[in-house]
Amino acid sequence: MIEAAFVTFLVGLLGATLRVATPLLFATIGELYTERSGVLNLGIEGIMFLGAFVGFAIAAKSAEAGLAGYLWLGLGGAIVVGVVMGLLMAFFSVTLGVNQHVAGLGITLLSTGLALFGFRMIFGQSSVLPSIEPFAQLSIFGDLPILGPIFEQYLLTYVAFIVLLPLAWWLLYRTNYGLELRSVGENPEAADAAGVNVFRVRYITLALGAALMAIGGAFLSLAQLGAFSPGIIAGRGWVCIALVIFAKWDPIRAMWGALLFGGVFALQLRLQLLDLVDIPFEFFLALPYLVTIAALALAGRNVAYPGAYLKAYRRE
Amino acid sequence: MSFKIERIPAPLWARPLIPLMAIVLTFVLTATLILLANANPLDAYYYFLIDPLSSRVSAIEVLVKATPLLLTGAAVTFAFVGGYWNIGVEGQLYAGATAATAIGIHMQNVSAWIAIPLMLIGGFVAGMLWALVPALMKVKLAIDEVVTTLLLNSVALFMVSALLNGPWRNPISQWPQSPDIAATAIFPKLIPRSRLHLGFILALVIIVILWFVLTKTAFGLKMRAVGLSPHAAQFAGINVQQTMLISALVSGGIGGIAGVSEIAGIHYHLIDAISPGYGYTGIIIATLGTLNAWGVALAALFIGLIDTGAQTVSRALGVPTYLGDVIQAALLLVTLGMLLLQRYRITRTRSES
Repeated sequence: MIEAAFVTFLVGLLGATLRVATPLLFATIGELYTERSGVLNLGIEGIMFLGAFVGFAIAAKSAEAGLAGYLWLGLGGAIVVGVVMGLLMAFFSVTLGVNQHVAGLGITLLSTGLALFGFRMIFGQSSVLPSIEPFAQLSIFGDLPILGPIFEQYLLTYVAFIVLLPLAWWLLYRTNYGLELRSVGENPEAADAAGVNVFRVRYITLALGAALMAIGGAFLSLAQLGAFSPGIIAGRGWVCIALVIFAKWDPIRAMWGALLFGGVFALQLRLQLLDLVDIPFEFFLALPYLVTIAALALAGRNVAYPGAYLKAYRRE
Repeated sequence: MSFKIERIPAPLWARPLIPLMAIVLTFVLTATLILLANANPLDAYYYFLIDPLSSRVSAIEVLVKATPLLLTGAAVTFAFVGGYWNIGVEGQLYAGATAATAIGIHMQNVSAWIAIPLMLIGGFVAGMLWALVPALMKVKLAIDEVVTTLLLNSVALFMVSALLNGPWRNPISQWPQSPDIAATAIFPKLIPRSRLHLGFILALVIIVILWFVLTKTAFGLKMRAVGLSPHAAQFAGINVQQTMLISALVSGGIGGIAGVSEIAGIHYHLIDAISPGYGYTGIIIATLGTLNAWGVALAALFIGLIDTGAQTVSRALGVPTYLGDVIQAALLLVTLGMLLLQRYRITRTRSES
């Protein structure tokens, strides 16, 4: 009996781990690409938030208008707004070459403000949060005994792990674009001399990266919750910043990082319900941050930041 | 005809104009949002900028709102001038607030002359300690401080949440709110029946100290040298590590004081929402104030005005208060871009055909 309960617990935990890891994987890959091109985008937290909001707002209004594909319209809207914010970040960090930390935080503050402003404008100040019928979970191997629940996931979770991740790896290490991307992030002068358009590659990468961050945010509002609230992202963007370093700027390691965080988070929720341990649950929430800082400290001078990390490129 | 960017510094007299131009451009850009909310932008700007100053009560409220911003703006400036990108003032503020609460609740039967200095010292030290690990990692191991200070902000919030859900949880209401600090630990009010408290004076004193240290002392000169170019500073015989470490720690300490001021001046107990992001707003203020003490003071008062005005605009015209947040963020980005005019000039050139 106890064994059966334990197996159920474990299966539920694994399923939840994949769900929690999904938005993190999207946004972490987005940030990872951005940083590999030499730009730190601290706009990630705000872009996820804005993606969650725009996705939800478009979906809710389309559903009201009776459009069948309202969730996909929402997702499309989130991608568009992500691209716009990515291009804005590129304008500041690539064209103007201003301080990337401050520009990124500015993007986060602007996106957060715009989303909250839009939310109040469109949905008013009602005490009941508006909601939509979210994406359904697929049940591909639903009939599978015992393990079935692990595979009951959203389509976007499958996309993240089976499509996005291999694609991100392949694009980065096996294509011309990936080579250019890495070269402008390591040594823009040399890349420029070799005929790579540094500005164009960084613009494309920042737009692509921010679109992935926005999808990560929209996953929460369109799939996991079917609603939008001011606390919807709650620092997940900062977790992704940590995961990129933890992953040493490699997509496959980023997946393990996202799964590890997803696992800790899912476990923490369950332990909180069981009330078994005396450690405050916040300790588990702080763990990914502390682990990243410790990992940075241990790696010390050997942390292999991209060569042109934080450096704007100017043709003199 | 094409444009050329030349590396020509702007004349000194033009430099204070840049933030003013940024403010005007920001208001022009954000007018679209006000139109979307079916309001007249000029009306909105009246409520933002003039109306709060037209009554005594709301003018005092501007100073109340500016108090934490003066402190976080000063904290950010102290680090940025020294070339240390402290994004962690938000966390340092929470560390200071936690220390102030821990000390303040045990100050029953203690004179205010002891209680208040103790809280200030405790908050300063707590802010410094919260800033210590990233600062050491920066100077000893050359690890980028932006990410580490930023991550510690979230850790600080979790720490406060753990305290409020654990040992400090209100036993009766079960509300996540610490016990109140002792009456003697509360900052005295500067004006009766207002919210303006001792923290405002403290903040002004810190701004004056900031001005003095940055412009009148050898250490300030060292800080600016390190901020401009660590390599050149090293070459000139400045101890770069020590200078940067001190800027980082003092910055954290001032951030801690901001937390003390909010606890002892406004809330009297710790809740997890004591700061709606004052630490991040400090970055806006430091940028808008062009890392200059008086500029920071003006910027903090201006953002305090925007914060107060956002509520007036919302009441009068039904525009969501979040418009204030959008304006502040847009102002940061616009200023950041326009500050380039300090160093570059765009000139028209005729194409040679």
